Amino acid sequence: MREAVDPSAKPVAFRGGGFAPTPVRLVGPVVFIGLIALIEVLTRAGIITSLTLPKPSDVWATFVELWQSGLLWSHLIPSINRLLVGAALGATAGIALGVMIGLFSLVRAGLVPLVAAIFPIPKIALLPLFVIWFGIDEASKYALIAFGTFTPTVVATYGAVDNVDRSLIRMGQSFSMSWWSIVRKIVLPGAMPGILSGLRVSLAIAIILLVAAEMLGAEYGIGAYILQAGSLYDLERLFVGVSILSILGVTVSTVIGAIERRLLNWRS
Amino acid sequence: MDLRLEGLSHHYGTTEVMRGINLDIPAGRIVCIVGPSGCGKSTMLRLIGGLEQPSTGQVLQIGDPPAESLNPLTYVFQDFALLPWRTVEGNVSLVLEDHGLSVTQSNEIITDVLVRTKLSDFRKALPRQLSGGMKQRVAIARALAVRPAVMLMDEPLSALDSQTRELLMDDLVALWQREAFTAVYVTHNLAEAVRLGHSIVVLSRRPGQIREIVDVTIPLGERKMGDAILERTQQHLWGLMRDEAMAADQELLHA
Repeated sequence: MREAVDPSAKPVAFRGGGFAPTPVRLVGPVVFIGLIALIEVLTRAGIITSLTLPKPSDVWATFVELWQSGLLWSHLIPSINRLLVGAALGATAGIALGVMIGLFSLVRAGLVPLVAAIFPIPKIALLPLFVIWFGIDEASKYALIAFGTFTPTVVATYGAVDNVDRSLIRMGQSFSMSWWSIVRKIVLPGAMPGILSGLRVSLAIAIILLVAAEMLGAEYGIGAYILQAGSLYDLERLFVGVSILSILGVTVSTVIGAIERRLLNWRS
Repeated sequence: MDLRLEGLSHHYGTTEVMRGINLDIPAGRIVCIVGPSGCGKSTMLRLIGGLEQPSTGQVLQIGDPPAESLNPLTYVFQDFALLPWRTVEGNVSLVLEDHGLSVTQSNEIITDVLVRTKLSDFRKALPRQLSGGMKQRVAIARALAVRPAVMLMDEPLSALDSQTRELLMDDLVALWQREAFTAVYVTHNLAEAVRLGHSIVVLSRRPGQIREIVDVTIPLGERKMGDAILERTQQHLWGLMRDEAMAADQELLHA
């Protein structure tokens, strides 16, 4: 009996859309490749001068050259080594101290103001100091990266420990679980999401500091390579260096994403 | 093991939450505690289980808990308090791990309590995959696993919808009939109280004092919905609580 419907009847307008991000495939790569292609076209046409931006194809050629000469690895391996050692030291110390601040009122009262005072210091400014303390070799570079990773990790970790559901801790106590069991089985797993998202930030900072550390007294390393290129105004090499850092950042982020999926598979 | 509350009073800062509570909790019986909101029911439960210290008075344990009891005073919480990163089995084993049991021993216990709470098929499920009623059954299984002398239940069914609540009440009755346990059961739901309580303690509004203790003599298994005596008991309880609840409500408005 659809004909019998009142002519003034009309469907209710839909107004519930949007505000729900959904993954859209391929758009990311298309934007990326499109942008590079656009720069290529504009530089070839001479609209962008070679002083402003290098041709992407030249950057690629420089990269291939770097790779074939074997120099890529002699720059990349020391950098990755510095990043891994420095970030591992800083993150371990940061998580340990963050958990202590979260658990012990005395540690919290003593160290939270100190961490707040250290946090805003640009760690790069301390590089000369670290060179005097730890020597111009690897140790000062590890120290700078470790120190830079340390502060954001501490802050993220104690925040994460504070956010662990108190009712779960009370449950642990009500079953007479030992203090150590409560920390290991309730507090640490509960703080894990916050610690991991803190690590994302800390490791990005570590990559920034890697370059800074290699600007002083390093012959090899991505930072040294970029610095050299910069002082010669060799834009192709500068961009090769910057792209490598970018790829390093994406790799680190992917690794953390994989760890999150593995450790936090209980979340949804 | 019996429990005795002697002259229990408690205050938070200047707010007196309960005053002069004397109560016996005999072994093998379910004692329900009802009262208007803010009368200190949950505080009382935390005092009984040693999660908080009373300002004055004491909670006495009369007689030793059975030797096989791993955690004599065991809570069941309103919000279930399950670890979301552990499976059903893992949540039960959590509370056994500190007791130095062998793998086979704790496996036996886990299997047994999961059978008793009808959860055997969900051993490997994570809490997020379970409904509210199932989550509370896991929490009850976890409590049974440590063989408590007294179960301290803090509004265990209040977070559930009314159908699930009915089902779980039947389950609790069945569990009690199989093996009589001692329980202190805090609730604001009078229907639950008359269904599960051997005696029902009515508290006044803050500061909580015992107004009356109502005994229900019908055996747990014979209490049916709509039973005339139970209805009358519930009416009586409501009569006791009504004015207190109204006064408590007004108090909150003036606060």
